[in-house]
Amino acid sequence: MDKMPKWADVLLIPLLNLVLALVVSGLVVVLIGQDPFEAMAIMVRGAVGSTYGWGYTLYYATNFIFTGLAVAVAFHAQLFNIGGEGQAQLGSLGVALVCLFVPWPHWSLALAAAIAGGALFGAAWAAIPAYLQAKRGSHIVITTIMFNFIASALLVYLLISSLKAPGMAPETARFPEATRLPFAQDVFAAIGIDWSRSPLNVSFLVGLAACWLVWLLIWRTRLGYEIRAYGQSEPAARYAGISQVKIVMVTMLISGALAGLMGINAVMGEQQRLLQDNVLGAGFVGIAVSLMGRGHPVGVLLAAILFGALYQGGAELEFETSVPREMIVVIQALVILFTGALDNMVRDPVSRMFLRWGRRKPTPQPAGD
Amino acid sequence: MTALTKFLGAAATLALSAGAALAEPGLVIDLGGKFDKSFNESAYTGAQRWVEETGGDYMETELQSEAQREQTMRRMAERGANPVVVLGFANTSTLEKVAPDYPDTKFVIIDGVVEQPNVQSIIFSEHQGSYLVGMIAAMASETGTVSFVGGMDVPLIHKFACGYAQGAKAVNPDIEIVQNMTGTTPAAWNDPVKAGELTRAQIGQGSDVVFAAAGGSGVGVLQTAADEDILSIGVDSNQNYMHPGKVLTSMTKRVDNAVYNAFEMGEEIEPGINILGIQDDGVGYAVDEYNEELITDEMKSAVEEAMEGIASGEIEVHDYTSDDSCPVM
Repeated sequence: MDKMPKWADVLLIPLLNLVLALVVSGLVVVLIGQDPFEAMAIMVRGAVGSTYGWGYTLYYATNFIFTGLAVAVAFHAQLFNIGGEGQAQLGSLGVALVCLFVPWPHWSLALAAAIAGGALFGAAWAAIPAYLQAKRGSHIVITTIMFNFIASALLVYLLISSLKAPGMAPETARFPEATRLPFAQDVFAAIGIDWSRSPLNVSFLVGLAACWLVWLLIWRTRLGYEIRAYGQSEPAARYAGISQVKIVMVTMLISGALAGLMGINAVMGEQQRLLQDNVLGAGFVGIAVSLMGRGHPVGVLLAAILFGALYQGGAELEFETSVPREMIVVIQALVILFTGALDNMVRDPVSRMFLRWGRRKPTPQPAGD
Repeated sequence: MTALTKFLGAAATLALSAGAALAEPGLVIDLGGKFDKSFNESAYTGAQRWVEETGGDYMETELQSEAQREQTMRRMAERGANPVVVLGFANTSTLEKVAPDYPDTKFVIIDGVVEQPNVQSIIFSEHQGSYLVGMIAAMASETGTVSFVGGMDVPLIHKFACGYAQGAKAVNPDIEIVQNMTGTTPAAWNDPVKAGELTRAQIGQGSDVVFAAAGGSGVGVLQTAADEDILSIGVDSNQNYMHPGKVLTSMTKRVDNAVYNAFEMGEEIEPGINILGIQDDGVGYAVDEYNEELITDEMKSAVEEAMEGIASGEIEVHDYTSDDSCPVM
């Protein structure tokens, strides 16, 4: 056996990373004089202990599904899209424009248009760094991260000038009632289940559909094959006649569009108006989600739910105990650090362990001579 | 499926009944944190004073981001907090949407107006308090130039600036007033570095008294003023102690009293608009052991006279937010 079995790669390592992160977080909680087990219990109960908790967990997870998929798609072509944050902000703007300026008769039409608007604006924001990478060789990491700042500044400018609603806060007017997406409690009430009020809405289903479509794209289409081939080896892909410009552009456009779709959940689903920081760092969490999910839509979905639970559990922890707000950010950051950045710290020893274990076992001899 | 349904239903009922049992007041602290040495801290102090004096308990939470206002407010109401006090005008549109969903819960919003049958809106006459410190500033200034550093560029902060300018002009009609805003977004409430740079620029233009109405950013203004050896004026909380002998006075806005009273009234709190001005001790100026040497008797008598004039209606201080303009700037 020359490498780790697949189950270890997709399950064992993320789990080990998570356990490590929780142990270190536990130590931090002990250091500030709180009971780590109680804190953990509050977080778990807050995130998945009630329909209220599930509602918020899955609402946050929906954000992370979109941004996680965005990073994952780009990563298949070895493009590191750090710009999910900015693309999601622009996507939110697209969603807001669609909802504010068109009188929609029904939410389903508004949703379809908002999907188009969010995807279009997100993709457009990714197109410029993609072009610079494809044609000019400017590194995508640098350009996308800079575009985050530009997006944020652009949004602030619009929110204090042309899009600003009367009043003092920098926000747009509320969207018309017809664009309100059905919430989980409405859907569950229709089939007779009592579900607490939460911002979980039909965008979650759009997120699941996006997972399936991304799987279809990457593993079942010719374009997906080209993207993966380009990601594995650029010279080989070029030798095989795959256009570098085309792959970089198309991959980044898809990636940006996915990030932009986050706007339908956050802006159209929950806030129903455009705020200045509606993305809530989901663009960056998407990177950790994608790394932890190993770039596979199923993995992204699971990791997104985990991070959603962390966000919601963290909010509950802040509410229930005197653990300060900053400490919750520290705990969330530790999980990101261990699952994303310090991945190799666990991966190397584990893969060596498997290597040794595999060698010690007698390898079956080929029959005959 | 049915088992799951029952379980979820039971969990939801449990969550609801757990919330309804106790009615403690709740306080949602706005962005910038409870130790901003200014607006939020004043509210926190009021809540703490209520705890000390009554031995009661209250729920408190700090906002983490703009987008979580609604979740936080609903969470408070669902946990049974009553009344729920929210701080800052930025909550206005969220509360307008949340309040009707909890008709049995009373809400109090400070610095904003929400017209709902279960909301009390508390507005301070900041222009009056600013007028007083404007007078003191003009009397203390030797260069004939005073300045103002605002937080976020919103009408509320112009209300401070305009009152300050009117007070200064009332003492010295020829006085120069330099005015800058730290930013145009809520981040401007917590950017002491930029606010400090603005102060330095104002000193370059000759200012020797600077009034900071900038939430957490004001810390940078007061620090720079102390470093550059000019006088500063604090806001909301009494900030005189921060740089003894360098802070001329503070325009106190008694958010602490407002929170205290709201907690004290509990569920009985009256809906409607509650305006707190000089006559209600809602706004004023601070004199304590840290600045008593800076405040001369002449200043004191002039300001006391003005306070009476404002209270009786003899002096009318223009409120910027009434028509979005300032007659003297």
